[in-house]
Amino acid sequence: MEAVFIMLQRQVKLFFRSKPRILGSIAQPTLFLLALGLGFGPVFEQTGQVDYVQYLTPGIVGMSLLFGSMMNGMSLIWDKKFGFLKETLVAPASRISLLIGRCLGGAFTSMFQGIVVLTLSALIMGYSLGHPGVIPLFIIIMLMVAMLFSLLGTIIASRVDDFEAFPTVMNFLIMPMFFLSGAIFPIANLPPSVIAVTQINPMTYGVNLLRDTMNLEWSTSNITDAAVLLGIIALLLIIGSRVFKTIET
Amino acid sequence: MAEMATKMETAPETPPRVVEVNNLVKRFNGITAVDDITFEVKQGDIFAFLGPNGAGKSTSIKIMTTVLRPTSGAVAVNGYDVISQEREVRESIGVVFQEHTLDDYLTAFENLYYHCALYKVPRRERKERVNEMLNNIGLYDRRNHILKTFSGGMKRRIEIVRGLLHYPSILILDEPTTGLDAQTRFFLWNYIERVNRDYKVTIFLTSHNLEEIEKVSRHTAIIDNGKILANGTNKEIMDKTGANSLEKAFLEITGYSLRN
Repeated sequence: MEAVFIMLQRQVKLFFRSKPRILGSIAQPTLFLLALGLGFGPVFEQTGQVDYVQYLTPGIVGMSLLFGSMMNGMSLIWDKKFGFLKETLVAPASRISLLIGRCLGGAFTSMFQGIVVLTLSALIMGYSLGHPGVIPLFIIIMLMVAMLFSLLGTIIASRVDDFEAFPTVMNFLIMPMFFLSGAIFPIANLPPSVIAVTQINPMTYGVNLLRDTMNLEWSTSNITDAAVLLGIIALLLIIGSRVFKTIET
Repeated sequence: MAEMATKMETAPETPPRVVEVNNLVKRFNGITAVDDITFEVKQGDIFAFLGPNGAGKSTSIKIMTTVLRPTSGAVAVNGYDVISQEREVRESIGVVFQEHTLDDYLTAFENLYYHCALYKVPRRERKERVNEMLNNIGLYDRRNHILKTFSGGMKRRIEIVRGLLHYPSILILDEPTTGLDAQTRFFLWNYIERVNRDYKVTIFLTSHNLEEIEKVSRHTAIIDNGKILANGTNKEIMDKTGANSLEKAFLEITGYSLRN
């Protein structure tokens, strides 16, 4: 259990010691928030739909979690290349605890990004949370979404050794997951074949659950969202523990 | 009968074997890196495992430290099997890899403290143990500095004491002095000998600096192309080849041609 905490603490420390990482990770979602909110907001509202900032903000929070957590895998490649992974692999700590610690660390840093984005949206764009009482639940859901993508990014990174290839592989996965999740536009009116793709996209369930919680628009479908997210996390933990057991440096 | 019993009681005991490697083979994509090697290391020894680049030294060390799995054969460290008792092996060894394995963005103290936590050193002992080790290598005053600002020699000193933090019975050092200046090398060899003598830690090491190895080690095995070519005391190996230094004996055994 302590190995989980140590790895988590290390990931968080490394993040907060790198000012460019903090700035970069906050700047990107903020740019999306401002550009889309100011650019598409009026168009969106003309169609008689809900307030676009209320719609967009949970999507951009989800985007912070997706991008930040998936890119957490980069630290594994870094540790493989520069040796720190080897130090942890010869330690008597279980591999699953190392994996969980690393991924929780990555999840926590991307949750920090999500909270900053939410705060900026509230301050600049006038976003209002459905009710302050949902904050604990919102944090739990953020943790679920962030952990899922942190695990996915780390598992992929465990099989990639190339620094330059990893961001390319990640972008190839992240961008479709982001655009086909309902984060920035509704997916209900998309062609049926595209809707089918959104149904197998874990980000769709994450964004849905985040938005409905933040805006107090719960429905029975949120039970499915939570069940799908938890199911995928469990599956990724099983895959990740196997992958980490056989990881060689 | 009584006399015999007394004799048995007073007979010098053979030190237990800390490392036992039997018919070890490791293949990567059809290439045999380690080819059916067998050797053992006795408790309290300073054992040098020598070979040219690509001979199979680091692969053998990775197997001994549970980082790699053997293709076949058996390896036991401190009596524990490296496949079925990975955790016990890891708990009982200290490892300093050939390449740098510290986290450059953590402080010296954090690097060592995290190691203590991963190796389950009791919480109440950790701070004192880390500070004591940093003091031993003259880096106590730099304990709160990020490692990125340290020289290669300072990092190597930290790696060596890190390997000892959890009181291992064997310290495995893969080319510990490569790229270091004469002063740091002098300090490290003295420190390694002191650890062996005062704390009874068995030392298993590789190095290309054979002059230094000759002074430090008691037993040596020479590996080339994945096979053990010689194994014995330094004197035995030198006598066998008629060489007057370990380096000459090494060249006689492994040949003078360049390796790819």
